[in-house]
Amino acid sequence: MKFFTVSPSPHVHGRDSIQSLMFGVILALMPALAVSIYFFGPGAIIVTAIAVGSCLFFEYTIQKYLLKVTPTINDGSAIVTGLLLAFNVPSNLPVWIIIVGSLVAIGVGKMTFGGLGNNPFNPALVGRVFMLISFPVAMTSWPVPKGFQTSYADAVTGATPLGVIKEGLGNGSTVPQLMDQIPSHMQLFMGEMGGSMGEIAGFALILGLIFMLYKKIITWHIPGSILITVLVFTGILWLANPEKYPDPLFELLTGGILLGAIFMATDYVTSPMTIKGMWIFGIGIGVITVLIRAFGSYPEGVSFAILIMNAFVPIINKYVKPKRFGEEVSHG
Amino acid sequence: MSNVIIYTIISLSSLGILAAVVLYFIARKFYVYEDPRIDQVEEALPAANCGGCGFAGCRNFAEALVKSEEFGDLYCPVGGNDVMSSVAGILGRDSVEKDPLVAVVRCNGTPTHRPKTNVYDGAQSCTIASNLYTGESGCPFGCLGYGECVDACDFDAIHMNAETGLPEVVDDKCTACGACVTACPRNIIELRKKNKKDRKIYVSCINEEKGAVARKNCDVACIGCNKCVKVCPYDAITLNNNLAYIDAEKCKLCRKCVPECPTDAILEINFPLKKNRPPAQEKGVKEPVTDN
Amino acid sequence: MLLKTFAKGGIHPPEHKISSGKEIEKLPVPETVTIPVSQHIGAPSKVLVKRGDSVKTGQLIAESTGFVSANTHSSVTGTVVKIDSVTDTSGYRRPAVVVKTEDDQWVDGVDLSPELKKDFELNKDKIIQKILGAGIVGLGGATFPSHVKLSVPKGKKAEYLILNGVECEPYLTADHSLMLEKGEEILTGARILMKALEVDKCIIGIENNKPDAIAHLSNLSAGDDHISIQALKVKYPQGGEKQLVKALLDRSVPSGGLPIDVGVVVFNVGSVFAVYEAVQKNKPLIERVVTVTGKSVSKPSNLRVRIGTPVSALIDAAGGLPEDTGKVVSGGPMMGKALNSLDTPVMKGSSGLLIIPEKESRRDAVRACIRCTKCVSVCPMGLEPYLLMTEVQKEKYEMAEQDRVMDCIECGSCSYICPSNRPLLDYIRLGKVTVGKIIRSRK
Repeated sequence: MKFFTVSPSPHVHGRDSIQSLMFGVILALMPALAVSIYFFGPGAIIVTAIAVGSCLFFEYTIQKYLLKVTPTINDGSAIVTGLLLAFNVPSNLPVWIIIVGSLVAIGVGKMTFGGLGNNPFNPALVGRVFMLISFPVAMTSWPVPKGFQTSYADAVTGATPLGVIKEGLGNGSTVPQLMDQIPSHMQLFMGEMGGSMGEIAGFALILGLIFMLYKKIITWHIPGSILITVLVFTGILWLANPEKYPDPLFELLTGGILLGAIFMATDYVTSPMTIKGMWIFGIGIGVITVLIRAFGSYPEGVSFAILIMNAFVPIINKYVKPKRFGEEVSHG
Repeated sequence: MSNVIIYTIISLSSLGILAAVVLYFIARKFYVYEDPRIDQVEEALPAANCGGCGFAGCRNFAEALVKSEEFGDLYCPVGGNDVMSSVAGILGRDSVEKDPLVAVVRCNGTPTHRPKTNVYDGAQSCTIASNLYTGESGCPFGCLGYGECVDACDFDAIHMNAETGLPEVVDDKCTACGACVTACPRNIIELRKKNKKDRKIYVSCINEEKGAVARKNCDVACIGCNKCVKVCPYDAITLNNNLAYIDAEKCKLCRKCVPECPTDAILEINFPLKKNRPPAQEKGVKEPVTDN
Repeated sequence: MLLKTFAKGGIHPPEHKISSGKEIEKLPVPETVTIPVSQHIGAPSKVLVKRGDSVKTGQLIAESTGFVSANTHSSVTGTVVKIDSVTDTSGYRRPAVVVKTEDDQWVDGVDLSPELKKDFELNKDKIIQKILGAGIVGLGGATFPSHVKLSVPKGKKAEYLILNGVECEPYLTADHSLMLEKGEEILTGARILMKALEVDKCIIGIENNKPDAIAHLSNLSAGDDHISIQALKVKYPQGGEKQLVKALLDRSVPSGGLPIDVGVVVFNVGSVFAVYEAVQKNKPLIERVVTVTGKSVSKPSNLRVRIGTPVSALIDAAGGLPEDTGKVVSGGPMMGKALNSLDTPVMKGSSGLLIIPEKESRRDAVRACIRCTKCVSVCPMGLEPYLLMTEVQKEKYEMAEQDRVMDCIECGSCSYICPSNRPLLDYIRLGKVTVGKIIRSRK
């Protein structure tokens, strides 16, 4: 006799799975990876491979041997964490630091909270900030991009554009003076600058954004709200005092703001669940980033800004509810 | 150097003293008088916070006990008569005694007795499955086997048997708190009188359908034939809605009803084998009757 | 042409309208029919016949027992074999009248002629009486007694009659074929309902994947200023009445309310056709159009079926049960009910029979919520399914109530879209049942 399957409705399912979404993100990161290999050479390949490999390794071993659950590395989330971790560091970062960073990102940032879906903070940023605070010199020695000439082991290092500004202002120069030392806006957009592997090429990151929007992996609200806030806030500062504050376009194209707005802040697990909440989240990140950049002692503030706003996400989710059907009608 | 240390000591000490004074007065102002007996009674309770007494935790129950004039229905099933007599001692009143109870799962629908006719692929929750349909077998009263009773138990006293698909109660650990009884969407579990040596006799079925219909879905269902009612010397068995029920208070464990039942729906648990009888039907296993 | 739609939520499941364009075929009366006594929301009906009785087609065999209740009629002529308990689409055994069939002998007064009868003189009360007498309930699947819907409560006034020709469920084409073949009858039925409701405006909403039906009904109603046809964007669940009212009139039915609260009454086109047959031909509700469909079905069809026909007969007519059948669903894939037996009878609310192949029958493994917000963005009622599921699992029913679990229309968009395959709707339904009990116990 034929056994039918019985279950509650619905009896069909959409095409999305965790795996399909994660692999979509990985694909969106490929242009940026290609650009960073183009500019940073073998270092980029080594750092990325080690980061991704360690993240996968640590997730597998922690799940199988420590937590004793079925490992879930085939959902691709550890690969995404590894890629984003790699994109946040200099391309000549020593292997052992990358491995430690991966362990912190996966082990502390993700597994201690219960695995995928339960972590309050973006794991890649947890790893990155841990490495930045523990190994400040290694984490801020940015190789000057020399294409495949860029050596991995002993690259020539120089400051990032934001670093140039921060130091220069500290020494008393004005912004217009410092701008001579910095590549043009178009060069910045195309990736010709010092920085971490993922920060440098604005256009590659934006290609990734368009792809993810098309595939409905993310919506425009988080990147939009962050970038608009940064644009407006830095615009106000620049208009008020162009000697002291760089122009908004410069701010958008340098540092980790594009990488952060497009890939880090949009991490599903650590971002709000409603459109209104996403705006609050994005505006908060934009404001804190600019505060740190303009008034803090770090040249770049996106990582901290995102982590701080991650902490607010539970309370945003609790109080910001979506508009219910019929809510616009007041009825007695 | 010394200035810094002196100023530090002075400022921190002043802050500390100020805080202490403020806190003292606030504590005095907002002091709530609590009957000291509440603490004593709470000490005597088992601290399981299981809700079996019907209150929200042992502290809440202790407050209710102290407030009450007499025990009435107030009873801690986990602590039992011993705990109630300690509480009685603290409150200076007569204790209350009840027969200990134990949870009994009244379904014997194993895959052999109650064949499956479909595969359930929904969320593994008894209530969700029960709201959807009869279940993987056609019996609308039978155990679904997804373990809501197991999840509800605070005392590790009930576990799902993977082979039979039915929950089994560990009598020693069961405190008769009633959590599993409430959890079961089909009201299969019942708290029955706990007898010496954990002996039980009960109808392991709650199906109220007509006998022929019930039997079609499960061969150990109660078919409401009335034979057990007629044979019981103590009038402990009643028949309602095609279902027999053994009253645990009246039952004297004589076991006369067990062999009478044509479908082996009545189970005897923890009894020695009767002489001149084939091995007794254990729960979940039906042995063929052989001639002796 | 800018199509109207509902703004909040919605999904776009593949349409698979493989039985589209298939003319309605009449399924022959089977040897035995099993007519469930109660096929509606409301008080159960009282059986009037007993074993051995002879019944005629259209004869009343169970009567309504309250205001919110409905009559049930025999769909065949024959002898009552027994009053049995039969598994119906509720998943449980319910009383049903089993009839061994003979050739049709209709009850007196039924007009069997196929001619269109457009004129009617009955007043509002007589119309509602006839609809009640004919046992008409919502054929869209909800099976709410239609005469109750037409009895507008004091203090409320109907302004619009809306006809639901949306059929947003994938696979189903019963309403589509009915609109193509019985367009005039449906329009007459609409006019009858407008009289009963004392409204002069009727809008028929049809999804844009049925351009022939839109064109046909627009043609037929061209001379009638009171009836307009509105094409709607294809989006699930456009056929949900709240979403339909919002799309057509931009009015929001309030939480816990009904469309009449915003001056609207909604009827499925199948129900409207049944109203025409009841009022103009004195024919009670004894048959309906059912779509039999599925990827492996050899002859997907739209069949006119007598109520009480076992679904096995429909499957045989559609070419037999495919080898690789995994699930048999009564209704559409989003809100239909999976059956565990082919003896289940067709009931008033059975709009379709969907055969799902084995390889599409099982759910994938459940993973943790990754907080992707897709369920929130697709919910047409603006709820947070991920949160409601967790609240129900942790038995925080008051929180679920505050988070509006009772507003859920059980459309299934959330479970459909969830990348972690979480059984969101399963738990939300459980929440609705439990919170419903809590709310009733407060009164």
